[in-house]
Amino acid sequence: MKTFDSHAARGEKLGRARGRLLPLLTLAVAVAVWGALSALRVFPESAFPSPLSVARGFVEELSAGRLLTDLVASLFRVTTGFVLAVVLGLPAGLWLGHSARARAALLPAVNFFRSLSPLAWIPFAILWFGIGDLPSIFLIFMASFFPIVLATVAAVAGIPAVYFRVAGDYGFRGAELLTQVTLPAIAPQVITALRVTAGVAWLVVVAAEMIAGRDGLGFAVWDARNGLRMDLLVAGMVVIGSIGVVIDRLLVRLMRIPSVRWGYER
Amino acid sequence: MRGSVLRLEDVRCAFGEVEVFRGLSLEIGRGEFVAVVGPSGCGKTTLLNLCSGFVEPTGGHVERQGRIRTVYQQDGLFPWLTVAENVRLGLREVKREAEREKRLAELLSLIRMENFAGHYPHQLSGGMRQRAELARALAGDTDVLLLDEPFSSLDYLTRLRLRNELARMLSELPRTVVLVTHDIEEAAQLADRVVVLSDRPAAVISQHVMRLPRPRDPVHPEVVEAVHLILAELGLRQDRAGVTKAGASSN
Repeated sequence: MKTFDSHAARGEKLGRARGRLLPLLTLAVAVAVWGALSALRVFPESAFPSPLSVARGFVEELSAGRLLTDLVASLFRVTTGFVLAVVLGLPAGLWLGHSARARAALLPAVNFFRSLSPLAWIPFAILWFGIGDLPSIFLIFMASFFPIVLATVAAVAGIPAVYFRVAGDYGFRGAELLTQVTLPAIAPQVITALRVTAGVAWLVVVAAEMIAGRDGLGFAVWDARNGLRMDLLVAGMVVIGSIGVVIDRLLVRLMRIPSVRWGYER
Repeated sequence: MRGSVLRLEDVRCAFGEVEVFRGLSLEIGRGEFVAVVGPSGCGKTTLLNLCSGFVEPTGGHVERQGRIRTVYQQDGLFPWLTVAENVRLGLREVKREAEREKRLAELLSLIRMENFAGHYPHQLSGGMRQRAELARALAGDTDVLLLDEPFSSLDYLTRLRLRNELARMLSELPRTVVLVTHDIEEAAQLADRVVVLSDRPAAVISQHVMRLPRPRDPVHPEVVEAVHLILAELGLRQDRAGVTKAGASSN
């Protein structure tokens, strides 16, 4: 038993160290392959910038302050649109989840809008809100709101009836049922949905800024393309991808809250 | 009988076309432990639902007294709360925090789970979960405990252990208990009175009063004898087929 335990412990420790090292190793290999391909001139430098030129472009953008401004603009839009979608989508989902009549009336419409690519709204976003923060926020909201509503509805529908009977036995009434039973019961599923939706929101902000922005990372990428600065374009792409990973890592933390772990472990 | 806390009088209960009870009468006295057994689908759970008030009868009437709580087959604990938090739900009406925490500690020690107070249900075995649920239902000033096959999802040995645990808990915190079970041995080992129901529409075939004090051995002659009798009444004894009119259509 003891040997088994220490084996397991050692395995876990190795696993953790590997867990940290392996992604870095992958990154190093990817950059090396990238460097090799550009050194071999498989594509011309104008169409396939080298890691070094991208790094130089990155420093250039950073020291000019543009990168930071764009980053802040994009983050502001995605945060505002996403938070708005959560604040409105969660109650809407709770309501639909509890009311069969509301579901019958509205769920087809919610599904319809969920199936529309938010990018299809771009022309209207510009017509209604012009250029700047608002159209992007609107598009992010359209991309996040409907999936959040649907995920909440599904989570509410999936709450085992026994929880409400137990709640009745122990004297939970009214608002307590919502805060002490419904919300904790749907929390794991909702957190998963938030993670997926935040990823989509980040995709959408970049696309929205390409067309309806004067700043932001999406605009930066588009601007670099127009100026034929592929090095800056790739630098922008690297930042966009990295921020996406950071956002996901932040939301993964929600899954570590002790009172939601049950949703992921059984 | 020291005054009944639950009284079902000429109860009729039907769900659409399906008639579950027709003229069922049953009285359960204060402090009594009644087990209800019967063929699968005969309406045992409906009987508990009538007792708890979750289902109202189509005809006749049901009288209930005191606070009633149910222990469910499985997963009745809130998975987002720890064992201590779950058991504390049973003490919600205890206003003084010090008193509440004192009683919580006593309950956790009663189910021998002091060291698991901070664990979440998914981190526990099935037997521990049911123990915690029993403690939650026993907490506070519950008068009637309705047990809906509380051990049916557990393996046989764990079930045997939990029967003893339940008997021990009830000796410390006496309650009126209605246990619905398909496990006839469990019924005979735990109850003061075993009520045998027929197929739908269910009627009481017989009642067996057990005089042996708890805890009882599952192979004590009186327990074994009761099991034999009930099996025969349900038509499940191979050597005594058709002893009674009941159970002919049950498996």
